[in-house]
Amino acid sequence: MWTRKHLLGLEDLTAEEITAILDQAAVFKSESLSGDSKLDLLAGTVVANLFFEPSTRTRTSFSLAAKRLSADTIDFTAASSSLSKGETFIDTALNLQAMGASLVVVRHKTPGAPHLLARRVDAGVLNAGDGTHEHPTQALLDIFTIREKRGTLEGLTVTLVGDILHSRVARSNIWGLKKLGARVVVCGPSTLIPPRIEELGVEVSHRLDDVIAEADCVNLLRIQFERQRGAFFPSIREYTQFFGMNAERLRNAKPDVMILAPGPINRGVELTPEVADGPHSVILEQVTNGLAIRMACLFLLQQRQEAGDPQ
Amino acid sequence: MTVTLLRDGRLIDPSTGRDEQGDLLLRDGVIAADDHDGAEADRIVDAAGMIVSPGLIETQATLREPAWEDEDTIAAGTMAALAGGVTSLVCLPQDQPVVDNRAAVEFIRRQAERAGNCHVFVVGAVTKNRSGQELAEIGQLVDGGVVALSDGKRPVANAEIMRRALEYTRMFHRRIFSHAQEPDLVADGVMHEGLYSTLLGLKGMPAAAEEIMVARDVALAEMTGGSVHLMAISTSASVDLVRQAKKRGVDVTASVTPQHLVLTDAELQTFDANCKVDPPLRSREHVEALVAGLCDGTIEVICSDHCPVPAELKDRELDLAPFGIVGLETLLPLCVRALIDSERMDWPGLLGLLSTGPARILGLQKGTLQEGAAADVILIDPAAKWTIDSKTMRAGCTNSPFIGWQVRGRVESVFVDGELRFQAEASS
Repeated sequence: MWTRKHLLGLEDLTAEEITAILDQAAVFKSESLSGDSKLDLLAGTVVANLFFEPSTRTRTSFSLAAKRLSADTIDFTAASSSLSKGETFIDTALNLQAMGASLVVVRHKTPGAPHLLARRVDAGVLNAGDGTHEHPTQALLDIFTIREKRGTLEGLTVTLVGDILHSRVARSNIWGLKKLGARVVVCGPSTLIPPRIEELGVEVSHRLDDVIAEADCVNLLRIQFERQRGAFFPSIREYTQFFGMNAERLRNAKPDVMILAPGPINRGVELTPEVADGPHSVILEQVTNGLAIRMACLFLLQQRQEAGDPQ
Repeated sequence: MTVTLLRDGRLIDPSTGRDEQGDLLLRDGVIAADDHDGAEADRIVDAAGMIVSPGLIETQATLREPAWEDEDTIAAGTMAALAGGVTSLVCLPQDQPVVDNRAAVEFIRRQAERAGNCHVFVVGAVTKNRSGQELAEIGQLVDGGVVALSDGKRPVANAEIMRRALEYTRMFHRRIFSHAQEPDLVADGVMHEGLYSTLLGLKGMPAAAEEIMVARDVALAEMTGGSVHLMAISTSASVDLVRQAKKRGVDVTASVTPQHLVLTDAELQTFDANCKVDPPLRSREHVEALVAGLCDGTIEVICSDHCPVPAELKDRELDLAPFGIVGLETLLPLCVRALIDSERMDWPGLLGLLSTGPARILGLQKGTLQEGAAADVILIDPAAKWTIDSKTMRAGCTNSPFIGWQVRGRVESVFVDGELRFQAEASS
C-alpha cells in the first residue's frame, strides 16, 4: 500500500513500496496494450512539470503519462522561466501550486532540490532527477523492464557500467536493485567510481571483461560529458577500449544477457550500434515501460493527495 | 566609574591555573588586587553557583559591515558577541570591500567603538584585494591596528607569495591566518568527500585538500621563521601535521570550531544549507582526532567562525547557498556539549581554549583574571539549560543548524573594561 506524499528517491523506499509501483505500472501497461490508451483517473488534476535542467525523454514521458491519465499539465522549462528574472525555484513552484497544481514533477541540477521543495509545498513532489543524486523513475523503469523479462530480481547479477560518480541513475538503481534482492556490480574507470561506494552493498570492478560473463543484465550508463569538470579519462577511444559494449564483449556474456541503457545513448561510446539495435537490447522497451512507471507514480501520489494528510 | 564586586563565584583563570571559590573586584576598568576588602564596591553581584571567567575571545568572525549592512551590522554582530560571552572579537576580511588599507581598518574600529559593545580587532588582508598576487601594505595595516593578516576564506594559493608574506609579517610580529585549502581540489565542492557525498551525489571536498595546505604552510613557516595560524582545521592528518610541527618548534597554531565537534557530514542528508560550512563537516574519525588535538594541546583555540548569511540566500539549492553559519551566541554551550558533557575536558581547560589561547596567538594582554588586566570578565551559569531560539538571537542573521537544540551552560553577565554590557534575562 502506497502512503507517501512524495517520491524523492529509492533510498527511503521499502521493497514493498517499490513492488507496489511496479505492480501498478504493470496494470497500466497491459491496459494500454489492450487498446485502453486513455484513462480518466487523473481528470481534473493539474500536474506541473518543472524542468530546470535540459531533458527530452523524461520530460516528454512525464507529460505524456499525465495526459494518458487525463490530467492537465503545465510544462515549465528553465529557458522559458522567470528564473532568468531572479525568481527562486521555490517561488516558481509555489506559484504553480497556486494555479492548482497538486503534483509537481521536478528535474534540477542540484542534489536535494526536490527535497527542499517537498518541505515547502503542499503538492506531492516527484523527483525527475536531482543532479548526481537520484533519478527514481528511471531506476524503477529499469527494474520493471528486468522484472518483466525475468519474473524476479532475486539472485540476478546486474552490472552498472560507466560513469558511476556522476550518475543519479546508478544511485537509484543500486538502492532499488539491492532492496529487491539483486546482486549489483559497478564497473568503470577508477576516476568515475565514487569513494566508499562498496558500503552501499555493491561490488566494484575496473575491467568490464572480468565481470561481463557473470552478468544477467548490463546497464550502460551514459558518459556525462556535461557534468565532467576535469579529466576523468584520457580519451573516448581509451574509454571505449575498456568499457564500451561491442559485439565481441557480448560473445563472452550469458546468452540471455539483457542490455539496458538509460539514454540518451552516445552511439560508439558506451555501446556500438550493433549492440544498441541488437537482440539483447531492451533500450526502447525501457522507454515504453517508462511511460507506465510514470503513470503509476503520478496515480499513486495523486491518490495520496486526495486521501488527505494523515502522516 | 562603577566598582563591581563579583562575590563568591568559582574563579577560573586559565592563564594562571587558578580555580577556586572567591571574590573578584573590578575597579577602574581593570581587575583589582586580591587584598581588597570589597567595601568600596558600589555594585555587588552574587556569583554563587557561577563561574567567573575571563571574557571569551573570538578569533574569526565575519562582520558584514561595511557594504553589507542590509544583512548584518557591526552593532548587531558585537551585540551577539556579548550575548555569547565574547568580550573581544577578531573580524576577518570579507569579499567586498577588502580590508587591505588603513582607512578600511580604522572604519571598522570606529564603528565598533560607536556600537560600544565588545572590543573588535581587525585582521587585514595579506594580499592586495585578496587577489593572492602581491602583498598588501602590511606595515600601513599594522599602523592602523590590525592584529593579524589573512585573505580570510580565500587561501593564498601561490606558495611564493605565502613565503614572502610569512617573511615580511615576521618583522611586525603579526601572525598570518591561513584558510588551509588547496583551491583546485575543492572547486565546486559543497561537503566532505566520503560516504555521504557518494550517497547524496554532492561534490566532495577531500580531506587531502586541507592537509596539502597545512603541510605547505608548516613547511613555509619552518623555512621562514614566520608565524602561521591555521584557521579551523578539520581533519585527522591536519592535527597530526600541527602536532609534529610544534614538536620541531615551528611557530604554528591552529583552531577548530564547535560545529566540527558536534556535527558530522551525515547531517547533509537533510540537504539543509545551514550544514554547508567551510571547511566542511567531516566524518566521525576526523571529529575524534580534533577532540584529541584539543585535549593534548595541539590545538589551542576554539573559534565560532561566525558568518552571517541572510535566510533568502541560505534557503536555496545547496550549490547556490553560501558557506557559513552564525556561531557567536552558540559558541559556549556547543563547546560544553562537545567537551564537558562528554567528559573529555574540564571547565578550566575549555575556558583556556576560548580566552587565554586566543589571547596568546594574537599577542593580546587579555584572557586572564590577573591583577591589572582589563576587566573583561564573564559570569557563566554552568548548569543552566536552555533552548537555542532564532527569535532571541541578536545577530542580524540566524543561519544556524542548532536552532531548537537543548543545551547547557549560559552566559549570565558580561563585563567589558569593568562595565556591565550584557545581562541575560532571568531564566524561566
